[in-house]
Amino acid sequence: MVRNLRSTLGHGLLYGLLSGIALLTLFPFLWTLSTSLSTGGGVFTFPPRLVPEHPGLTNFVEVVQALPVGRYFLNSVLLTAYGVLGTLLVCSLAAYPLARMDFPGRDAILAALLGTLLLPNEAAFVVNFLTLGRLGLVNTYTGVVLPSLASVVGIFLLRQAYLAIPQELLDAARVDGASELRIWARIVLPLSRPALAALGTFSFVAYWNSFIWPLVVLRDPDRYPLAVGLLYLQGLFAHNTRLIAAGTVLAMLPILAVFLFAQRSFVQGLEGAVR
Amino acid sequence: MRGSKALSLAPARSLPGPRFRTALVAYLFLAPALVLLSVFTFAPLVLGVFLAFADYNVLTPPRWVGTENLRIVTQDPAFWVALRNSLRYLLVVPALQLAALLLALLVNRRLPGITLFRAAYYVPVITSFAVAGLMWNWMYAQHGVVNWVGLRLGLLGRPFDWLNHPTLALYAVMLVTFWKGIGYYMVLYLAGLQAIPQELLEAARVDGAGRIQAFFLVTLPLLRPTLLLGTLLSTLAAVKVFEEVYVMTGGGPFGQTTTALLYIYQKAFQEFRFGLAAAAGLFVAALGLGLSLLHVRLFREGGLRPW
Repeated sequence: MVRNLRSTLGHGLLYGLLSGIALLTLFPFLWTLSTSLSTGGGVFTFPPRLVPEHPGLTNFVEVVQALPVGRYFLNSVLLTAYGVLGTLLVCSLAAYPLARMDFPGRDAILAALLGTLLLPNEAAFVVNFLTLGRLGLVNTYTGVVLPSLASVVGIFLLRQAYLAIPQELLDAARVDGASELRIWARIVLPLSRPALAALGTFSFVAYWNSFIWPLVVLRDPDRYPLAVGLLYLQGLFAHNTRLIAAGTVLAMLPILAVFLFAQRSFVQGLEGAVR
Repeated sequence: MRGSKALSLAPARSLPGPRFRTALVAYLFLAPALVLLSVFTFAPLVLGVFLAFADYNVLTPPRWVGTENLRIVTQDPAFWVALRNSLRYLLVVPALQLAALLLALLVNRRLPGITLFRAAYYVPVITSFAVAGLMWNWMYAQHGVVNWVGLRLGLLGRPFDWLNHPTLALYAVMLVTFWKGIGYYMVLYLAGLQAIPQELLEAARVDGAGRIQAFFLVTLPLLRPTLLLGTLLSTLAAVKVFEEVYVMTGGGPFGQTTTALLYIYQKAFQEFRFGLAAAAGLFVAALGLGLSLLHVRLFREGGLRPW
């Protein structure tokens, strides 16, 4: 009886603590959501409001109609799709020989890849901008995604997955006369779906959220992705917090949707990156 | 096996051997990644050093100027402010790692709804710095929630302009880094904790160790590699801090919150003095390398050994 009471009390305290911390991590989101849904009253109030005043969707309608937020959103979709598909292609190709072929130079390449994770390359973005200029890729989406397509962490993550594929499957296909490209496409890729999903979700978040590099590479505000566009609009319409809050919510929605659907991939991806 | 088959079908010398073929195929698979990495990862390592000794503004061809850039950068007080701020930012590392470890211990239990709480702590991690910066600017506003809490607790006499204070602004931004990073390191430590064999903890308990003793005698030593990784990642991230500062203060007021990477960014993309940016980059690279070496040494020699 006493024991039971104690454990109930302990659970109550534990849940209280967990909820308190969740309130701290989620508060900025809740406040922003509430502000984006409010259509009347003051924005900054004491005490801060977490329940919208006169709730409605007019801020969302207005931010899409009056400001180019719809266009920014589409730009983000395009840029992110380009980056994610490109990363998956480049990394999944590169990981195959590193995992399943024996060829001169393999160990040197693996060592060099590992080296990129350790060597300081903080100012690479300065040189890369100049390189893009030489290649005529400034102000293009190719210029935005190209420097990050060959993700070393991604290559290692997929290599780890490829290493787990039974050798007999590959041998059987080779005996049947299948080319390596066919084996990669028909056997290796389908069997590595979880790792590909993990890399996909990780690069989705990275490209959707990136803003400094797109800001450097893109000249034309019409091409800005949502993250850059929001900062640009904040500079122009700082007084209209509700509209910017609605834009911020729009920027978060795809990330949250992917997160809810692919929570497992996130954890796997992180663990893979740690290994 | 394949070798003998090829031999029986074709004259030995006229065709390249299967080893050559394998190598060719392997490098074709690797080609896109190798080309991209050479151009955008390996080349900057070399070109960055070259650029540090050149005067370059895109419009005119680069001109060799020797150590001129290094001299200008080291004589620029703004550079030292930036470097000082990047070093100050290291303060966030112990706080962040300790909090993340405690949080990982807290959520490392089977409990209904625990995955929901873990998810709630992870959401800031997957938020863009652009979004995080906008939201926290509202949190720090004159009538924002931070001032409200401060007033309610009696810590503040009147609303405070956090992001415009020459010294406190940097700490206000640090809090955002903390908020955004804690979920990431929590998951890292959670993975480390769950890799610890349960039998070891049970054995310690059987031998009469209490919960806290078992933590210090079993869990912490086994968690050491994860702790090394977490603190190392966090240290390097702190030295390279940039995005949250860029969004929240832009380096202001009066450049007092500029960090090393923001300084490089400003030199390159606002003043178009790429040589100066590269020269400052050399200092940051040296600092990052030095800190990682120091870090690994400290861990190896037991600088962090409470047991």
